[in-house]
Amino acid sequence: MAMTNNFLVMGNVQLWTYILVGITFALYIGIAIWSRAASTKDFYVAGGGVSPLANGMATAADWMSAASFISMAGIISFGGYDGSVYLMGWTGGYVLLALLLAPYLRKFGKFTVPDFIGDRYYSKTARIVAVFCALLVSFTYVAGQMRGVGVVFSRFLEVDIETGVVIGMLIVLFYAVLGGMKGITYTQVAQYCVLIFAFMVPAIFISIQMTGNAIPQLGFGSTLSDGSGTYLLDKLDGLSTELGFSEYTKGEKSVIDVFAITLALMVGTAGLPHVIVRFFTVKKVKDARKSAGIALLLIVILYTTAPAVAVFARTNMIETVSNKPYAEVPEWFKKWEATGLIAFTDKNQDGLIQYVADETQNELVVDKDIMVLANPEIAKLPDWVIALVAAGGLAAALSTAAGLLLVISASVSHDLIKNVFKPSISEKGELIAARLSAVGAVCVAGYFGINPPGFVAAVVALAFGLAAASFFPAIILGIFYKRMNKEGAVSGMLVGITAMLLYMMKYKLGWFDAQLPDKTEWWFGISPEGFGTVAMILNFVVALTVMRFTKKPPQEVQDMVEHIRIPSGVGKAVEH
Amino acid sequence: MKQQAVAYWKANIRYVLILLLIWVLVSYGAGILFKEQLDTIKLGGFKLGFWFAQQGSMYVFVILIFVYVRLMNKLDKKYGYDE
Repeated sequence: MAMTNNFLVMGNVQLWTYILVGITFALYIGIAIWSRAASTKDFYVAGGGVSPLANGMATAADWMSAASFISMAGIISFGGYDGSVYLMGWTGGYVLLALLLAPYLRKFGKFTVPDFIGDRYYSKTARIVAVFCALLVSFTYVAGQMRGVGVVFSRFLEVDIETGVVIGMLIVLFYAVLGGMKGITYTQVAQYCVLIFAFMVPAIFISIQMTGNAIPQLGFGSTLSDGSGTYLLDKLDGLSTELGFSEYTKGEKSVIDVFAITLALMVGTAGLPHVIVRFFTVKKVKDARKSAGIALLLIVILYTTAPAVAVFARTNMIETVSNKPYAEVPEWFKKWEATGLIAFTDKNQDGLIQYVADETQNELVVDKDIMVLANPEIAKLPDWVIALVAAGGLAAALSTAAGLLLVISASVSHDLIKNVFKPSISEKGELIAARLSAVGAVCVAGYFGINPPGFVAAVVALAFGLAAASFFPAIILGIFYKRMNKEGAVSGMLVGITAMLLYMMKYKLGWFDAQLPDKTEWWFGISPEGFGTVAMILNFVVALTVMRFTKKPPQEVQDMVEHIRIPSGVGKAVEH
Repeated sequence: MKQQAVAYWKANIRYVLILLLIWVLVSYGAGILFKEQLDTIKLGGFKLGFWFAQQGSMYVFVILIFVYVRLMNKLDKKYGYDE
């Protein structure tokens, strides 16, 4: 077998990777067996008895995907200040979640987001529209995760991306199908620990190396440890302008676009069904608020480190390769070159690597995704640290994939089968349906992971826009505006999500024109990533206008709104 | 009962609005709109606007949620909604 051969010839990094990935996978499977689901309530909301700390950790792991772990620092590394949109956008949403959504949805006390939309807007149509939006958002997102699993496997275990995706599918299948939300919650707690440790260790190492400061958050604002007394950021600004890039701390995006993207990401975060549903799992309203705080604290540990990693990696990379002879590049350069993620073409035939902003003279292309994965190698860290990063990347991708798969299976078994097509289904029947839909969802996700339609990567970032354009306004108005009725909410959601989809097809995928339209044609100078903000405003405006010309919601719905605004008495609402 | 619920809701909305105002000021204000101006001030090696965008705003977000948790726990107690 190829694998045994690999064992004989592989280096230390690979051995360490097998060991660390093996241990963490065994841990996840053990937890899944210990915490399997016995009822639909276990399956959908982990029995509703998760502690705020455990829920906070699970939410953080659920939230931090392969994109946060692998790609984000790389994107910031190449974008400088422009990368701030992800930092603020993906954390600021939790403030909205904690203050405007989580406590009330917990008090409402059912299983899914379409549950809330369907009940609050007393209509099957509203429920079905919500299910459609939830499936659209979750599927676009999960395909990206499976791909992330495949990439990590293929680089560190040297198997095909396809094999990597299949291994990841089997693991997720095992614990999501067996354990449901309960199994997922406790595996995510373990995955949080793995991924944060894996992210912090190399960051701390490199911070000490470069600045002598063990705290990366402070390190990237400190002076260099080479005794020159120059601040690291000043040096990087200098290097960037020297090579023709814009200053690292400045960025190139327009103010309005930065504003719009940040808002779309914040609101989208607060509207993502797999994040919202986590707050259905705690005991009390009080716990929902607290666990939102804990989740954000745990997320911010990684998110404040990422910009530091970005600066370290960028400086290190420029210093290692810029104007250096190609013949003398370090080993990691060759290794990544083999994967095609680093590409060098000696345009002027001088044997040196010219890495500059000017496209015609630039000779080096580096894929953003490898900055975090290659960073420990670039900084010459020990082998076990490099392997640890692989285990962390897998933890991040798997935990997010599992959370999304659960939303998909609950949408099918609970929102569609139980509440729309076959209300007479028994508890046992629904649990079987839930497990079967989880199996189906894993297979579809795996298929997209192996055969990604060309536009997956583009669409993942837009899942936020879709969530912002559909759920956020409907939920906010449902809680804070008693007069809001089904006609308003449904037309708002439909207009919002349609606008977002059309803008995306035109300006991101270029489906309506011979070629992708230029930036200058964007509405108000807002990119497709930021258009969620516009679509959300459209949703609000349409909902409020339509509401004015249609009937008030029935009295019992208005009573329900008053009921969810009061935090006490959760117990009664939980049972169906 | 009804009056009490209305008063509780009003107090809650007031807290939320104040906290969200701070949320807007640190991110959209300091991190984006006034970034240029703040960048003239330096905090160690950081330009202040850049620091708010990539560090400061996130710390403030965490603090905001915990302040909200405290305020609401107190409010729940005052109105007898805690359990």
